[in-house]
Amino acid sequence: MENLGSLALLIAFCLAVYAVASSVIGGWAHKPLLVLSAKRAVYAIWFLLTIASFLLVHALLSGDFRLAYVAANSNRAMPGLYKFAAWWGGQEGSLLLWSWLLSCYSAIVVYVNRAKHRGIMPYLIATLMVTQVFFLILNAFVASPFRVLAVGREITAVPDGNGLNPLLQYWAMAIHPPMLYLGYVGFVVPFAFAMGSLITRQQGDAWIHTTRRWTLVIWLFLSCGILLGAGWAYAVLGWGGYWGWDPVENASLLPWLTATAFLHSVMVQEKRGMMKVWNMVLISATFLLCIFGTFLTRSGVVSSVHAFAESSIGKYFLSFLAIVIGVTSYLIITRLDYLKSDARMESVISRESSFLFNALILIASCLAILWGTLFPAISQAITGEKISVDATFFNRMNVPIGLFLLFLLGMGPLFAWRRTSLESLRRNVFVPGIAAALFVAALMAAGVRHPYALVSFGLCLFVIWTIAAEFYKGARAIGARTGRNLLFSVVELTHRNTRRYGGYIVHMGVVLMFLGFTGAAFNKQATMEVNVGGAFTLDHYVLRVASLREGDTDNYAWDRAVVEVSRNGSPLSRLEPERRFYKASRQAVSEVAIRHRLDEDLYLNFAGFTEDGSKAVIQAYVFPLVSWIWIGFLILIMGTLVCLVPSKTKFQPPQTHMAGATREYAPASK
Amino acid sequence: MRTYWKFVALIAVILGTLVWLAIGGISDTGTYYKTVDELNRMGTAAVGKRLRVAGDVEIGSIVQHGRTAAFTLQQGRSRLRVVYDGENLLPDTFREGAQVLTDGRMGSDGVFHASKIQAKCASKYQAKPAPTMNRSGF
Repeated sequence: MENLGSLALLIAFCLAVYAVASSVIGGWAHKPLLVLSAKRAVYAIWFLLTIASFLLVHALLSGDFRLAYVAANSNRAMPGLYKFAAWWGGQEGSLLLWSWLLSCYSAIVVYVNRAKHRGIMPYLIATLMVTQVFFLILNAFVASPFRVLAVGREITAVPDGNGLNPLLQYWAMAIHPPMLYLGYVGFVVPFAFAMGSLITRQQGDAWIHTTRRWTLVIWLFLSCGILLGAGWAYAVLGWGGYWGWDPVENASLLPWLTATAFLHSVMVQEKRGMMKVWNMVLISATFLLCIFGTFLTRSGVVSSVHAFAESSIGKYFLSFLAIVIGVTSYLIITRLDYLKSDARMESVISRESSFLFNALILIASCLAILWGTLFPAISQAITGEKISVDATFFNRMNVPIGLFLLFLLGMGPLFAWRRTSLESLRRNVFVPGIAAALFVAALMAAGVRHPYALVSFGLCLFVIWTIAAEFYKGARAIGARTGRNLLFSVVELTHRNTRRYGGYIVHMGVVLMFLGFTGAAFNKQATMEVNVGGAFTLDHYVLRVASLREGDTDNYAWDRAVVEVSRNGSPLSRLEPERRFYKASRQAVSEVAIRHRLDEDLYLNFAGFTEDGSKAVIQAYVFPLVSWIWIGFLILIMGTLVCLVPSKTKFQPPQTHMAGATREYAPASK
Repeated sequence: MRTYWKFVALIAVILGTLVWLAIGGISDTGTYYKTVDELNRMGTAAVGKRLRVAGDVEIGSIVQHGRTAAFTLQQGRSRLRVVYDGENLLPDTFREGAQVLTDGRMGSDGVFHASKIQAKCASKYQAKPAPTMNRSGF
């Protein structure tokens, strides 16, 4: 079986090399049959990688402990879901997942566009397949998942495996890596389209129109991946945070930031034919950061709490990154003529300029995070001293950046394309501005003193107000014409221009998430050593340990504290934090108990016993507003899905469409 | 042209602020990364500095008192006494033989006072099959 798997990888590698060569030669020498054979190679690679993946998953599920990968990442007692998830639990398997997803995407793209984009198709395939070749080199020659354990010349099996890292045995963690990878890998496609259009010196924005929806879906996958990771950290790691600025977390955020900037700046290119170089740079940067993120997680170049071994694959990644950076820069620089703007920025107060600053600030945030993440490596290269920075640094940089973004989020809809008169701006900002100021004053009167939190709460209200006003103004205009109620009008309005109003819904989600982040300024915590029957207080909660239980399963042994929660003498609920000891990996893991409420979460972690075994150690936290992060994220998903629905109105030439829409739904005073 | 300069000025202000934040941030929160060996050689120069030290927890060296713990960090032949008295509880992965990263300051008593500990047990996954194989084969 393992021979068949290795053979599949090897043939896939040969085919990928062939596909690169035949598509480039076919495109260059105008030989459509060669290009066609490259397309068929793409399908064949998908088939072979599917076989290889199937064999690995089969080995994991059936417990074939002759394979080094199975022995290291699976064991007999684990539930089937986690045996399957062990596919991406270790380095070799997750690189295979990367390869397989890439082959899926490539096959889909080639199939969907089989009769379109004849000009750029060969180079599109070449870009996809160069990436595929790189990952297949890793799969087949460097980090093969089909290595067997052997003693001398004899293949042997270990009796049982190490099991999946217990921290990863959690539902969100089973889907977090594939989600993240769906995002990481997916950005290859818009990048390949961009490269194809650069290489063939295409004028215009064909690649942007084609990849818009694709990019949005991929962006959604990446967002889900990041947020599932945050949710996992919150629910499993036991320290109550959802984000620790760990290098591996940062690695997933970096491409998300540039991709978000890209999603915004393509609008400027579509409507006004500007920022073309920006878009090229942003999509290339996103792709590079995806590769870089995989590199960071897999190479051990920076120390991280994520327990991945240092390995030799780092140099392969660095070489690949260097090649891609070189080729991309060369292509962009030699084709600057084709990327000239059709228009100039006319005013600082315009929609274009708000997009420009949005892109700028997202890139700044990305660079700041990159700088902080790589600072140990950079400082060592320059001064010989390895200096690392911690979460304080990242917060210090990103809190002001985040607040500025929030501000732009509120102002964006108020700016018109080309230029905005100060007069109309003042009229639109006045009411929400006053409301926000009053809100901040009320909060200060209520005793809130945290400066960033005050600014953030004020901005949140401001943005919610301006977004609601956009919906209200548009809906009222429709309502007046059709005579239907407001709810119908809002739906109708959104349906007429899904991109615009879907975008506003996404923004609404982001604001709610910011509300949740801001809550972290008011976290409270206490750690107590208590006997059975003992109680302690945190904030307005009284926590009493009613009993301690213990038990045993095949996979782990557990201790559980039953904690009764009450407030002002009235019982609220019963929380049962648990502590597990996984047998295969001999590792202890906490299973926290959380009481989720809209205003605040009560979070209990059973951290174990005091060393004499007499008392239970319980950590209790209160996290205000944290639920709004997850709620906001659901709204963000909803908004993105709305954006994907085709607009009801026929798509007119973009330039006039947006300007007309703004005026049509503008308030009566205009 | 006036518009152009407005953009230049605005962008310069934004980037300037961020660079200023970044420099301040690094000098305030930067932590020197030292090996146990380097730290021992620094002697008294290390006292009071923010440092991050990595190494393995020596087998049999952990002494826990409630939430604080004392242990020896080893790296090759070098040893360092560490006292942990941070806010958080010690991580689950912290145990004898684990690879740990400790953040803290060097005390004048020659003991390293750690306020944060991260532990990982990466080597375990690679190391474990080996002894099993030896038993069955050699």
